[in-house]
Amino acid sequence: MSRGHTTAGHEYPEIPAETLLTVEDLRTTFDTPRGKLTAVDGVSFELEAGRTLGVVGESGSGKTVLSRSVMRLLPKRGATSTGRVRFNGHEMVGLTQKQLRGIWGTELAMVFQDPMTSLNPTMRIGNQITESLRYHLGMSSSEATEHAVVLLSSVGIPTPERRLHDYPHQLSGGLRQRVTIAIALACGPRLLFADEPTTALDVTVQAQILDLLAAQQRERSMAMILVTHDLGVVAGRTDDIAVMYGGKIVEQAPTKTLFAEMRMPYTEALLGSIPRADQPSHTPLQAIPGRPPDLVSPPPGCRFAPRCPYAQPRCRHEEPPLREAPTKGHRFACWFPVGTPEGRQALEENRVRGVALDPARSVTT
Amino acid sequence: MTTNDALLSVENLVVEYPVGRGRKVHAVSDVSFDVQAGETLGVVGESGCGKSTAGKAIVQLPRPTSGSVLFEGTDLVKLDGDQLRRFRPRLQMIFQDPVSSLNPRRRVEDIVGDPLSVWSAELESSVASKQERKAKVAEVLEAVGLDPVSAAGRRPHEFSGGQCQRISIARALVLEPKVLICDEPVSALDVSIQAQIINLLEAMKARFSLTLVFISHDLAVVRNISDRVAVMYLGKLCELAPSDVLYRTPAHPYTAALLASIPEPDPAIVPSTTGRLTGELPSSIDPPSGCRFRTRCPRAEERCAAEEPVLREVATGQRVACHFPLVEARPAAPANVASQQSA
Repeated sequence: MSRGHTTAGHEYPEIPAETLLTVEDLRTTFDTPRGKLTAVDGVSFELEAGRTLGVVGESGSGKTVLSRSVMRLLPKRGATSTGRVRFNGHEMVGLTQKQLRGIWGTELAMVFQDPMTSLNPTMRIGNQITESLRYHLGMSSSEATEHAVVLLSSVGIPTPERRLHDYPHQLSGGLRQRVTIAIALACGPRLLFADEPTTALDVTVQAQILDLLAAQQRERSMAMILVTHDLGVVAGRTDDIAVMYGGKIVEQAPTKTLFAEMRMPYTEALLGSIPRADQPSHTPLQAIPGRPPDLVSPPPGCRFAPRCPYAQPRCRHEEPPLREAPTKGHRFACWFPVGTPEGRQALEENRVRGVALDPARSVTT
Repeated sequence: MTTNDALLSVENLVVEYPVGRGRKVHAVSDVSFDVQAGETLGVVGESGCGKSTAGKAIVQLPRPTSGSVLFEGTDLVKLDGDQLRRFRPRLQMIFQDPVSSLNPRRRVEDIVGDPLSVWSAELESSVASKQERKAKVAEVLEAVGLDPVSAAGRRPHEFSGGQCQRISIARALVLEPKVLICDEPVSALDVSIQAQIINLLEAMKARFSLTLVFISHDLAVVRNISDRVAVMYLGKLCELAPSDVLYRTPAHPYTAALLASIPEPDPAIVPSTTGRLTGELPSSIDPPSGCRFRTRCPRAEERCAAEEPVLREVATGQRVACHFPLVEARPAAPANVASQQSA
């Protein structure tokens, strides 16, 4: 478990935790035929060395664009990204491609969702791993091959010497994802982005891959940002969680605090929509009605208001700021937070008024 | 094994695909189960276990290599093309990827309405006029939670993934089928949208008195929607049980391993690495002898390699194909010794 290890830094204040990544007011927009689409809208957060942050949200919440904006992996044309990203002593915004190439792989690496398409189908596995070792670390061909064998066995690939000569299509999805993890870890990065690393995989393989990421992260005391749409995936495996909606962080807290004292109705709704294996069959699921906002012209006020069971007139006009909760490190953006008297009153008022949120809700619940 | 009052009985189903040089993929090997009218049967397993192939073989797409599929007492495998056509409207299917299973160039009203024209000769209640057809399309679109007025004239790309899945469901329901086979219908969707579609399927099942076969790799989803669950591994049926029983007391070691890998949305539960499956799925061209799960099974013994376990009842309604099932283990002696003695 990563938590026991990493929170140790907090119990001994004489060793101050080193801030590895600082993101301030990050804003990324894309030009589309319909107008400017703001995919990431004023996001700020910090990540300390060796810790794991989960970024959770639905499709279109901006979580993938956030990780790509931090890495500066955005298309050259049509995308604008402003704000401040300070990583390991580098000011990432404004670096040239050449400077970035010196950081990618060695200090900052990424594991993508689809292991089918993130490997080169025409190159042997071995060459894909040794490429970065030779380029970044200046290893000789034989040194790099030796190191690649070590890497492949550390990510749990049986008979690594033989696998080096395989092409990606000869491996199963789970093995391929292990290879992409080996490539990402090759040069010993300080921060690993894992963008939906298990979404394309079976449940059994998902568990293996998440175990592997946790073990590698602990061994290398590497920081990790785990991006996913599934709160179940991040629950037992992260120190902190940031929930994104409509391009903004709407709640952020240490993992246990988030689950115990969630304030944002969206977080509550996300958790409620997960089917649980410990519930009896045919338990109705609490679906979130409607769908995420259009980020070309987001609704005024709180972006979740059109789908929120707590929403009051104020929510539709006035945007709630991200404010501090009593618990340290817990921030949320809501006028009528879950679990507070105001929240309960708002929910009750909506229930009495019988507010129909969305036509979908009447059908689906 | 199969009761006569089952709406759908699959008996000794075998599906094999030739892969050249005389070799074949054993996609589904001797699988039997039945589905009672009005129930939801869940089918779970990893990629490559044959669950989708089994689902498609039920609707004869393609026809199975051998075995029979009895629908209301008629063996679909034995029917010729014309006879089979008469049954097709009553067995409908929805697929995993809602966007690619809809023709991007057609309007929603045509996508949903076409089955009515295509199957007009086979349908009991024929929809003769344009007005009737339009009314029927509007009715099902409304039922699946889409606004018929605004949706009818639009094309699939104007809809989100969840809405496209609603359109697929509407297209299947317009024929008023008896059986709806859902092949990973929510796997491509976000959790929030997934919940909408599951709730929708439950509502549609009640409204149109459907019988569902729900194929998925997600055990939590299957538990939620199913009355009974069939677990498949490498083309074989491992376990078949009422879903509450299966999840409380799994009998097959594979079922137990699958349950151990479900991520829990609760930070208090530390993911434990014990009980995890290790290794890779063996090739279905040359599956292991005896029990196909033995190469990854923590309880496997020599007997498992020599003798193939048959499906047998270990508790009411719970059938398992395992020489050393988990529910028979006696607490006093080590499990494998105990079952060896009894065997």
